[in-house]
Amino acid sequence: MYVSPIREPLIRGAKNYSQVTKDILAPMAGTPSKYWYMGITLAGAAALFGAWATFMTVYYGIGTWGLNKTVGWGWGITNFVWWVGIGHAGTFISAILLLFRQKWRTSINRSAEAMTLIAIACAGFFPLIHMGRLLLGFFIFPYPNTRALWVNFNSPLLWDVFAISTYFLVSLIFWYVGLIPDIGTVRDKAKTKIRKAIYGFLSFGWTGSAKHWSRHETVSLILAGLAAPLVLSVHTIVSFDFATSVIPGWHTTIFPPYFVSGAVFSGFAMVLTLLIVARKALNLEEYITINHIESMNKVIIVTGSIVGIAYITEFFMAWYSGVEYEQYAFMNRAFGPYAWAYWIMMTCNVITPQLFWFKKIRTSLVATFIISIFVNIGMWFERFVIVVTSLHRDYLPSSWTMYKPTIVEVGLYVGTIGLFFTLFLIFIRVFPVIAIAEVKSVLKSSGDNKINAHHE
Amino acid sequence: MNNYITAYYSDEEDLLKGLKQIISKGLKVNDVLTPFPVHGLDKVIGLRRSRLTRVAFAGGAIGALVGFLFQAWVFTNAYPINFGGKPFFAVPSFIPVTFEIAVLFAAFAMVFGFLIHNKLGPGSKNIIHDERVTDDRFLIVLDIKGEANDKIKSIETILSDAGAQGITIKE
Repeated sequence: MYVSPIREPLIRGAKNYSQVTKDILAPMAGTPSKYWYMGITLAGAAALFGAWATFMTVYYGIGTWGLNKTVGWGWGITNFVWWVGIGHAGTFISAILLLFRQKWRTSINRSAEAMTLIAIACAGFFPLIHMGRLLLGFFIFPYPNTRALWVNFNSPLLWDVFAISTYFLVSLIFWYVGLIPDIGTVRDKAKTKIRKAIYGFLSFGWTGSAKHWSRHETVSLILAGLAAPLVLSVHTIVSFDFATSVIPGWHTTIFPPYFVSGAVFSGFAMVLTLLIVARKALNLEEYITINHIESMNKVIIVTGSIVGIAYITEFFMAWYSGVEYEQYAFMNRAFGPYAWAYWIMMTCNVITPQLFWFKKIRTSLVATFIISIFVNIGMWFERFVIVVTSLHRDYLPSSWTMYKPTIVEVGLYVGTIGLFFTLFLIFIRVFPVIAIAEVKSVLKSSGDNKINAHHE
Repeated sequence: MNNYITAYYSDEEDLLKGLKQIISKGLKVNDVLTPFPVHGLDKVIGLRRSRLTRVAFAGGAIGALVGFLFQAWVFTNAYPINFGGKPFFAVPSFIPVTFEIAVLFAAFAMVFGFLIHNKLGPGSKNIIHDERVTDDRFLIVLDIKGEANDKIKSIETILSDAGAQGITIKE
């Protein structure tokens, strides 16, 4: 296949196939480093804090949260939307970039998809605990019951149940189907009997047959084709939770595209935060190169700009609509008691990503890492602003109030972050973080020295 | 009793060249095992395009029907309840769930189809001819069950002429 000579290689260091296998499997071998132990201790401690908060919520009830009559949704829903959004980057990378035949996705899709799965699990936790009675969570599913009751299919909250569950399951099988050949590699390289047996079981008996590969490619392509509209539908439906209500500041038609691009925006920021650390810690700098970082930063510029324009459009539409409640909601956002949150959001989401127009900044690891953190923070505040500022001053001034989270709510949020990093750290020890077979398949066309790959 | 013969290449371009040569000599290659999907291999060994796409379509169609009809049945028949004066048979609000169920069914139908068709699954006992297939070897497998010794000899010559390495006869 012809590749332009000015295109920079995606994989550095003139590797051959067996070196690729060795490099990518290296982080799974031996005992973990002391940084890994430090990381998992920290993350585990945070997760324990979350476990305590979960216990408090379940035992004493939702009254342990800072919610009140006026502000019925607080950190819980903010965190839910934030986590779902983070998950979107993984699917975007593995599905949409696959459909667009972007080869640079091969180095990052595996870990981004793992991040997606963990993020959806963290997201799903919030609506569940928000019900207060965790054990009755299954009530949200339409199942035949003695009360002959069914769920309300007119409600976007119910659509969410279907969207998030489908999204999780489809992402899971997409990820696993992609993993099967690589688990085969792990199995064949395993040194101990137990390891061989476990990975042999997980590899589903993968042989690498040409027939299997041909079908595997078809499956991957069609799953990508299914996952692409799915990922767009998920955040669209999440935005419907707000947009179909009659709350000023929520009831806008711009929400679906604005939420989807915001989701991809925050997701890429999280992928960058994780991978900039991971590539260094796992010694995979030749696979996840500056080019990959730069490509992701370009996606951040695009989606960040869409988000910025959405903020401005919302404001304009509030004024142009002539509806005084809508106008007040937006003035209150920008200049009311939660103005600080609004301006953090504006700074982090609208201004910081624009710095990536400078090549120096978008090819700098340190700058990218810092900006990615800013975007993560900004996108959390975006959801906080949408949820809380729209609610705390409603139609009736006598019920106006303020909302402050309690330590239990903070605990739940910190807990999911802890859970996220705990599971991610376990993931990098259990499965190959880079899709080995996919990297090999682009090695000839996009590796260093291009043709040099096959001499042992 | 000899069952099959295997040989490997260490580069996919050599593999494709060698395979063309072997096939032109009239030998039937039963399987080619590779570490990654090799572009153009399907054509050389004459694989048809997978029909799994139809399985996905069927799954999706069934999912859409099930999703839509179920919601319609619940709202018009099983439990008609007035939500803010909205119509019972509210097609637009059935769309999101219908779509999600369609995607779910299509994806699962396809993946299960893939696994069953390939005889892959937990505990599957497929023969692993060479542990380096998942690393850096491109292995070809030829069936020689019940062939005479001269014939096997000639196959071996053809293989080595085509640049294949590590020619082994296995039971």
